[in-house]
Amino acid sequence: MKYDTDYFESNRDSICQQCSPLLNRPRQEAFEVFRKNGFPAYGSEDYQHTDIENLLKINVGIHQRLTQQQAVRYMLSDRGMHPEPFHQDYLINGYAYKDASSRPLPEGIFSGGLNDFAEKYPDVFSAYYNRQAKQHGGGLSAFNTMFVRDGYVLYVPENKRSDAIIQLTHLVEAEEDAMVISRLLIILEKGAEARIAVYDRCPAEKAKSVTVQVSEIYAGENASLEFYHVEESAARSTLITDNFIRQERYSNVKLNTLSLENGITRNNYRVGLDGEYAEHILKGLVIADKEQHVDNHTVINHNVPHCHSDELFKYLLSEKSMGAFSGKINVAEDAQKTMAYQNHRNLLDGPDCRVFSKPQLEIYADDVKCSHGMTTGQMDETVLLYMRARGISEKEARMMLRVAFAGEIIEGIGDESLRENLRRWVENRLRTQND
Amino acid sequence: MEEETIDILKDVTEGEYKEGFQSDIETEYLPKGLNEDIIRAISQKREEPDWLLRFRLDAYHHWLTLTMPRWAHLNIPDIDFQEIIYYAAPKKKNGPKSLDEVDPELLKTFEKLGIPLEERKILSGVAMDAVMDSVSVKTTFKEELAKKGVIFCSFADAVKEYPELVRQYLGSVVPYTDNFFAALNSAVFGDGSFAYIPKGVRCPMELSSYFRMNALNTGQFERTLIIADDDAYVSYLEGCTAPIRDENQLHAAIVEIIALDRAEVKYSTVQNWYPGDKTGRGGVFNFVTKRGLCKGESSKISWTQVETGSAITWKYPSCVLQGDYSSGEFYSVAITKNAQQADTGTKMIHIGKKTKSRIVSKGISAGVSQNSFRSLVKMTAHAQNSRNHSQCDSLLIGDRCGAHTFPYMDIDNNSAVLEHEATTSKINEDQLFYCNQRGIPTEEAVSLIVNGYAKEVLNKLPMEFAVEATKLLQISLEGSVG
Repeated sequence: MKYDTDYFESNRDSICQQCSPLLNRPRQEAFEVFRKNGFPAYGSEDYQHTDIENLLKINVGIHQRLTQQQAVRYMLSDRGMHPEPFHQDYLINGYAYKDASSRPLPEGIFSGGLNDFAEKYPDVFSAYYNRQAKQHGGGLSAFNTMFVRDGYVLYVPENKRSDAIIQLTHLVEAEEDAMVISRLLIILEKGAEARIAVYDRCPAEKAKSVTVQVSEIYAGENASLEFYHVEESAARSTLITDNFIRQERYSNVKLNTLSLENGITRNNYRVGLDGEYAEHILKGLVIADKEQHVDNHTVINHNVPHCHSDELFKYLLSEKSMGAFSGKINVAEDAQKTMAYQNHRNLLDGPDCRVFSKPQLEIYADDVKCSHGMTTGQMDETVLLYMRARGISEKEARMMLRVAFAGEIIEGIGDESLRENLRRWVENRLRTQND
Repeated sequence: MEEETIDILKDVTEGEYKEGFQSDIETEYLPKGLNEDIIRAISQKREEPDWLLRFRLDAYHHWLTLTMPRWAHLNIPDIDFQEIIYYAAPKKKNGPKSLDEVDPELLKTFEKLGIPLEERKILSGVAMDAVMDSVSVKTTFKEELAKKGVIFCSFADAVKEYPELVRQYLGSVVPYTDNFFAALNSAVFGDGSFAYIPKGVRCPMELSSYFRMNALNTGQFERTLIIADDDAYVSYLEGCTAPIRDENQLHAAIVEIIALDRAEVKYSTVQNWYPGDKTGRGGVFNFVTKRGLCKGESSKISWTQVETGSAITWKYPSCVLQGDYSSGEFYSVAITKNAQQADTGTKMIHIGKKTKSRIVSKGISAGVSQNSFRSLVKMTAHAQNSRNHSQCDSLLIGDRCGAHTFPYMDIDNNSAVLEHEATTSKINEDQLFYCNQRGIPTEEAVSLIVNGYAKEVLNKLPMEFAVEATKLLQISLEGSVG
């Protein structure tokens, strides 16, 4: 931590020079918060299985912006999810780049870099940037706010909608050990509609990389957002995300997070249902093998009556992987007629895999329907026998069961082309695992 | 209807505490406060051997290094441990030889509570150890049990008569280093019950202890140790009450159970300490460490608890499933009303192969109370093919109370199978309507629904207790029907 505060103090000017003044404004306050709180303590209630401080103790510099030319080289090497039709945007090491050839978005919708957005829409930027992160985030968000230099913004003004899925590819291209600070800001005003697929990819095998990403998502009245997050990274990469979602009346947010391949991942999701009749659906799939480590931490706050949330996380663990899940549903006093459901299912398919589960309910209103469930088990031997008796090899039978297990998450994806693409990906991932 | 329901619910939260009288019994105290001298004095008063004094002092020194834990979902006022009297005992004249010598006021107290100490009066055949404040008053059916080889006596007697057994097992399941209150209890514990069931014996009657807190400003720190040898079986009941006092009283007990090969212990509690008044003034702080060790193969420990009393309940009766094929069970009904708070649940630690555990918890919260369920199911790397099923349901009566669930599942074994489910809801309006429609007044209907809701747990109680518990549930919810 000392290293980080010193680093900030000595590099503050150069960081600020590269950024819009609006982005620089909250830095000092964040610095104070970070200096006071530091990183979340390992072993504390919310961080029992992931040691953030240790992961961030790599004492390396933060990536510098690449030139457009260098960036294009990486863009060309990218393989995205490519749903149809789609609009493509890039973040490379946390900096936004435009893909000039990409399909344009309807007039008024902004999809691009954080600094560009601050210049173009200073009022909107000030109204939303760092609001939730400041209010609910601790040292981790403050750390991000201190160092952030660029990021990505999707801004959909009132009643606008995009038919094309917006694909944001975040590439971490590390030649040597480095840290990436990235930031997402997604704003859907009243009645707006959008679908965004964020593809996190860090293919570097040699260098060690750590990404600290903060996302702030706002869904205004009647807004509808589908957010897909897919991670596919090398074993030496670490991804730590702090995600905040705030929803107004009648808004609808579907959030899917898929950790298909990674090193160490910790995702925090904090959802605030602040307007009546808001609906939130949170689904997660984790496929982990080798020594992968995935820790998902979710908090859904039902602050007002008549909201609905549904949460489902499925973990498919094998070899020496470790999965942790902590889900909390808070129902505030007077948040009557709340419906909140939470489910966590694990399939353990290796001798040394471990799973830690903590589904929690904290309820202060009486007229509610809330439930949570957790199951952990293995492949059903009778089903395997059934398939083998019909001539399916054991390997193939196991494969089919794995795909079926993951299927429940994939099925929930609304867009057909995206669903099919992801299904293929997941199957491909499982097949390579099986070999 | 709406109005009426609100009135009824108000009544629910105002259920009277029927055991709140206090008895005028000549009591002997040690001065309040806690230090080495007090511990030595307690030990001396109880005529304890040297090793036990050393155990107490070690525990005390460890306790000094600890601070009061704050992680529970409870709002606990600061407790001044120097303001508590750690030893209070009804005065006796050289130990009563028979019931006639026991202070009649004392007998009256237990009679009032419906606890018969005169053996001839007992029809149900339950052996009883009655504990008032820091000492055991009377243990019934001792001789009859002795014929079978069953030892059932007060803890003090056990220390004198069976020191090897006590020494071997005391602190073996709950060491004094376990937690803050375990250390405190180990330093200052008063009386309690001791039971040993020898090999192959099925205890012919239910054993029972009844705890009564009476003296003012005292804490109750009893200690129970139950050992079931190979192939033994015992069912043990525990009940407790306290008078109405404006001050909070501390109750920090330890219960240790050891089940050897193929032994089975069933431990049932109906906890009805004084819960405080409507505004949350007074009431007992019930901070108890209960743990059973399934040491032998195929052994079984089953906890059943009905928690209706105490201002704050903070306990997790647990099972350590060490023996292969051993199993643990936890059945709980916890009711909180007025300003009561509860953070209760269980821990199931699976160590042996093919171990099984089952958790059923039913929480009911009313008034402005907070009711939390907390559990840990741990599957260690050795616990091959182990199994757990947990179910925790919460029922809310009133819109100012809280119901919370905090389960933890740590799975370090890929052959483990776990299921956990939890629901939270209020009393189903359709069910109420259905009852009303058939001429059942709302109050009765609520009682009916709550009893049905808790049935799965109440069914696990021994008969005498089930009757008491059902009655208690009704009293707690009195006024909610009709």
